[in-house]
Amino acid sequence: MMTLAFAILGVALANFTGFLLAVIFHYRAVRVACAFVRAVHELFWALIFLQIFGLTALTGVLAIAIPYSGICAKVYAELLEEADPAPMQAIPNGTSIVSLFFYAKLPGVWSNVKTYSFYRLECGLRSSAVLGFVGLPTLGFYLETAYKEGLYSDLSALLIVFYVLISTVRKWMRRETIPVLLIAACVVLPESGAMTWSNAWRFFAHDIMPTPIRNVETITIPIMLETWFWFQTLILNEALPGILNTIVLTMIALAATGILSLLFFPLISSLFFGPKSRLAGHTILVVIRSTPEYVIAFVLLQLLGPSMFPAVVALSFHNAAIIGHLIGNFSNHLRLRPDRSKGINLYSYETLPRIYPQFLAFLFYRWEVIFRETAILGILGVKTLGFFVDSAFADIRFDRAIVLIIITALLNIFIDILSRSIRSRLRLQTSLDTH
Amino acid sequence: MKKFIMLAALILGFTSQIQATEFVFTAIPDQDESALKKRFNKIAVYLEKELSVKTKYIPVKSYAAAVTAFRNNQVQLAWFGGLSGVRARQLVKGSKAIAQGFEDPFFETYFIAHKSSGLKPSLSFPKGMAGKTFTFGSKGSTSGRLMPEFHIRKAFGKTPDKVFKRVGFSGSHSRTVALVNSGAYEVGAVNFKVYKKELNAGKIDQKKVSIIWKTPGYPDYNWSIRGDTDKKFGKGFTNRVQKALIGMKDPVLLRSFPRKSFIKAVNKDFKPILDTAREIGLID
Repeated sequence: MMTLAFAILGVALANFTGFLLAVIFHYRAVRVACAFVRAVHELFWALIFLQIFGLTALTGVLAIAIPYSGICAKVYAELLEEADPAPMQAIPNGTSIVSLFFYAKLPGVWSNVKTYSFYRLECGLRSSAVLGFVGLPTLGFYLETAYKEGLYSDLSALLIVFYVLISTVRKWMRRETIPVLLIAACVVLPESGAMTWSNAWRFFAHDIMPTPIRNVETITIPIMLETWFWFQTLILNEALPGILNTIVLTMIALAATGILSLLFFPLISSLFFGPKSRLAGHTILVVIRSTPEYVIAFVLLQLLGPSMFPAVVALSFHNAAIIGHLIGNFSNHLRLRPDRSKGINLYSYETLPRIYPQFLAFLFYRWEVIFRETAILGILGVKTLGFFVDSAFADIRFDRAIVLIIITALLNIFIDILSRSIRSRLRLQTSLDTH
Repeated sequence: MKKFIMLAALILGFTSQIQATEFVFTAIPDQDESALKKRFNKIAVYLEKELSVKTKYIPVKSYAAAVTAFRNNQVQLAWFGGLSGVRARQLVKGSKAIAQGFEDPFFETYFIAHKSSGLKPSLSFPKGMAGKTFTFGSKGSTSGRLMPEFHIRKAFGKTPDKVFKRVGFSGSHSRTVALVNSGAYEVGAVNFKVYKKELNAGKIDQKKVSIIWKTPGYPDYNWSIRGDTDKKFGKGFTNRVQKALIGMKDPVLLRSFPRKSFIKAVNKDFKPILDTAREIGLID
């Protein structure tokens, strides 16, 4: 229930702020701010808010709402940009901007916005469940407990509940039910302990200041040197190994994702299988892609110990199922000659070359997502950036945690820019209906 | 749009509710969580009766979360380990350790090994464990992290990363025992109290797992209370809490920790822990 409440409120809030931000997205400052907030993973946000608000409902809701606002803002801004300009041109000069926006621009993109916000809710449910791993009372909390204590029947029951929840989103989430759900979500929020603003103030003014300058009145040269030394040690001992491992793991996972998605897509393609086996294929892909990669990685890491292998498996299966689904659908619309070949020849000589541009486009698109997830898997014990962030939080050293989170975010933004420029150079076109 | 503003107001309203008169405590999650919940809910009932104040236990997911809750005054009392207690008391001015288990001044860590490692019990530090896979407990644990890491560094002059083939953090002592028992890790460091408890519960196969080394004693677990508790619950409240803890005689309550009884503690009992933590760089 908490999973639902956090997801619904978080996503609702994110849709609203994201939409407002989308309207002013042409300002550079807004764009940069949005890029930054979405580059930081929900779990990192949750870890930060846990320090400020403690185990309260606000922590859960904001941890989802903030990064999602950044994502929504970007997607909605892109939608608005691509809106059909015809109605705008048809309207006489002198119409106010507000009515221009609501009557000419918005109706054109409304259905896309709606579809996207549904999709976000699905992601929100997944994120919300995962937040349980840091202590919020969502499904992840019980999942972790069940696993750690070896209650495997509880574990599978929880997973089934989760699949049912995700696969039925479109059934219970309708226009009429939204207000009811929002109110219900507010009601079931867990009761919160005392929360004071002094905690928030202390966090920003004291905790995240580098240790050497935390307790001094004036900043002198020796103290600056000490701070520099503090920073240097942090970079050398934690950030660099973390960055290296994160990038290595990201690239392996990316390559594995590529290979797996080429194996997955025929499962749902009408070129290769009949309707019955395609249904089975669909089911397999849905199950794989609606299990959060964090959960897959968690289970595998417990079985195999903290090495890169389980992380690669988790990341590549999850992402490959998504890409496989997208290009599989795309291949269904291919028009091939009636006397086309069959089997392996059909696959390698007819289908693959035709879908390859789409395949690359989606793969590069997931690159940034895979990086974000790789960083966060560190919390489970693989030594990526997340491992060091988690250690810093465990040691109550928020100054280090914040520096590491900022580094992660900057890298993420860098990869986003890189992948975009590669895509545009290869002139890869894709419809961005998923994230 | 109005709906959303109302919504935001609602959320804020919910979170700023302050329950002023409830006495809340927590504990570090060092063992199976469902066992902890059962154990501390019983303690809550006991304290409520002794103190005549509404008392509640809240479970947390990590050692750091316990420290943060204590710091943010979301709990006033906590059952900490040596290291988490030192950290928490450093962050909250005026807070103090008021009680510890009878066994806590001489706590021990056991290094345990799976049969496949080929390691044998020894009286001196078993250096043969270099190059094996090794798991600590939680990152913030005294008996599962701080003390074993201290002895490993002392013996090898290197960080654990460089000594072992692979280093993991299992998250809790029960989990460490399970991982070494299954052979997922060859060697592990575990709280001796939890080890004995799991052994009695039949969760350890002694044909497969053996204790290869015991650390010298050190101070560990403690009940710590915030300095401003008297102001909130009336003069002498801290003393009453201390009395209630030390006066705990019910064997059912004590066995669940498991401790023989509780005795008095003061902050400086834990100075060795602070020094060790500083030495290996876990506290600035």
